[in-house]
Amino acid sequence: MDIAEIQAYGYFGLTAFLVFVLYSYIYHLYSTDKKEGGHDYENYSNIALKDDIEDTPISSVSDDKEK
Amino acid sequence: MENRPLEYDYTVAKMFMFTTIVLGIVGMLVGVILAFELAFPSVNTFLGSGLAEFTNFSRLRPLHTDAVIFGFTLSGIFATWYYVGQRVLKVSMAESGFLMFIGKLHFVLYVIGVAAVVVSLLAGVTTSKEYAEFEWPIDIAIVIVWVLFGMSIFGLIGIRREKALYISVWYYIATFLGVAMLYLFNNMAIPTMLAASPIGESGIGAWYHSVSMYAGTNDALVQWWYGHNAVAFGFTVPIVAMIYYFLPKESGQAIYSYKLSLLSFWGLMFVYLWAGGHHLLFSTVPDWMQTMGSIFSVVLILPSWGSAINMLLTMKGEWQQVAASPLIKFMILGSTFYMFSTLEGPIQAIKSVNAIAHFTDWIVGHVHDGVLGWVGFMIMAALYHMAPRVFKREIYSKSLMATQFWIQTLGVVLYFTSMWIAGITQGMMWRAHDEFGNLAYSFIDTVTVLHPYYTIRGIGGLLYLIGFLMFAYNIYKTMTAGRKVEESELQNASPMGA
Repeated sequence: MDIAEIQAYGYFGLTAFLVFVLYSYIYHLYSTDKKEGGHDYENYSNIALKDDIEDTPISSVSDDKEK
Repeated sequence: MENRPLEYDYTVAKMFMFTTIVLGIVGMLVGVILAFELAFPSVNTFLGSGLAEFTNFSRLRPLHTDAVIFGFTLSGIFATWYYVGQRVLKVSMAESGFLMFIGKLHFVLYVIGVAAVVVSLLAGVTTSKEYAEFEWPIDIAIVIVWVLFGMSIFGLIGIRREKALYISVWYYIATFLGVAMLYLFNNMAIPTMLAASPIGESGIGAWYHSVSMYAGTNDALVQWWYGHNAVAFGFTVPIVAMIYYFLPKESGQAIYSYKLSLLSFWGLMFVYLWAGGHHLLFSTVPDWMQTMGSIFSVVLILPSWGSAINMLLTMKGEWQQVAASPLIKFMILGSTFYMFSTLEGPIQAIKSVNAIAHFTDWIVGHVHDGVLGWVGFMIMAALYHMAPRVFKREIYSKSLMATQFWIQTLGVVLYFTSMWIAGITQGMMWRAHDEFGNLAYSFIDTVTVLHPYYTIRGIGGLLYLIGFLMFAYNIYKTMTAGRKVEESELQNASPMGA
C-alpha cells in the first residue's frame, strides 16, 4: 500500500466520519427538541422578540438557581 | 438612592455608532478616490505633485481597506454588540459599573488605535501584509482593544438573566475567538531592532519595523489563512449575528427555523477555516492544499445559504413588509447579496474558473458585492433600527431612506457588473496566445480596454458613497430633530417620519 492509497482510504474515512457527525447533530437537534430535559429550540427565537428588560426571560438563570 | 426602573444603557453603543458613520465616510471616500485614480491616473496627484506621496494609489489603498474593515465594519460590530448583547441577555450595562468602565475604555483605546493606524499608513509605515499592515506597536494596542471586547462579551454573559444564549450571541463569541486566533498568529513578527545580521550588525532599522516570523510559502499560507478568515470573522460571522437579531425584531417574525440557525452556525465554523487556500491556487503551496481550499470553498455554500435562506423564509407570509419598509428592504437585499456572494466565491475558487479569475478585477467585484451589498447594507440597517431606540426618536425620514436604498443598490449593481466584465476580459486577454505560444496582448492593451469599466466602477462607488452620506444625514437628523417617541412605539417596526 503506497502513500496515495493510504491517503485515499483516509480521505474516504474522514468524509464518512464528517457525514456521520453532521447527521448525528441534526438527529440530536430534532430528538432533544421539546423533550423533557432537552430544549425547546424554536422558542429561543422569542429571546429576540421579547427582549425588553421587563420581559420574562425565556429560560431564566434564576430558575436554575432555585432548583 | 433614587428608585428608577431599570433600562438598557446604550452609552457605549452610541459611541461606536458614531465611529461607524465617521469611519464609513472616510473609508468609502478613500475608496471612491482610488477607483477614479485607476480610471484616470492624473487623480493620483489631485492635491498637487508635492503631496503625491500621500495621495497616490499605493499609499491610500491600505487606508481604504483598513478603514472599511477595521473602522466601519468593526465599529458596526461593536455598536451592535453593545446594543444586542444587553437585550438578548436581558441585562443592562447600567447594572455593572465594571462593564461600563470596560466598554468606555474599549472605545477610547479603539479610537487611539484608529488614529495610530491612520497616521502610520499615511506615513507609509507598513508590514506590507495585506489587511495586516500595522506594525507591532499598533498590533499590541489592537490586541488590548480586542481583549476588552472579549471582557465585555463574557462579562455581560456572566451577569445575564436569560440562560439560553441567543444565536446572535454565539456568532459574536465566534467573531471574538476567530479574530483573536487569526490576528495573533498572522501578526507574529520580530522587531528588526532585535535581529542581528550574519556580519554582526544589530539594532537594524527603525524601532517600529518588524519582519514576519514566517518566510516564503509559509508566510503566504498563514497570510491567506488569516486574510480569508478575516472575511469570515469580520464580514460574515458578525454580520450574520446582526441579521439574526435585527430582521426578526424589525419584522416581528420568529426565525423561520432556529434549529437551522444552529446547524448553519456549526457548519460555518467548521468549514470556513479551511477555505483560505483558494487564494493561493496555482502558487507554490502544495497541490493538495490548493485542492482542499477549493473543496471547502464549494462546501461553504451550504452553511452560508442555510443562514441566508433562513432569513428569507423568516419573511414567509410577510413579504408586504419588504415593500412597505425601506429598513427591511436593506436587510432582505443584504441577505440576497450574501447568497449571491457566497455562490460567486465558491465558483471563483474552482481551479479552472480561478485560472481566469485570479488577479483580475472579478475578485475585486466579488469582494464588493459582498461588502457593499451585504456588510454595508446590514450595518446601516442595524443602525437605522437602533437609532429610534437609542435616541428615543423616530427615524427622521423614510423617503430619504428609500431613496438612499435605490441609489446604493444601483451603485452596487454598477460596481459588480463592471468588474465582472472587466475581470473576465482581463483574464481572457492575459491568457490569449497565438499558435506558437506568444502572448497576444501586452498589459497596456488590457488597461486601454478596461478604461470604460473602471469609470463605471468609480461611478458605482460614488453612488454608494452618496447614499452613505444620506444615511449619515438621516441618523444625524434623527438624533437632533426626529419626533420623540414612547417606548410603546418601539416594539417591532421602527417608527419613521415621512
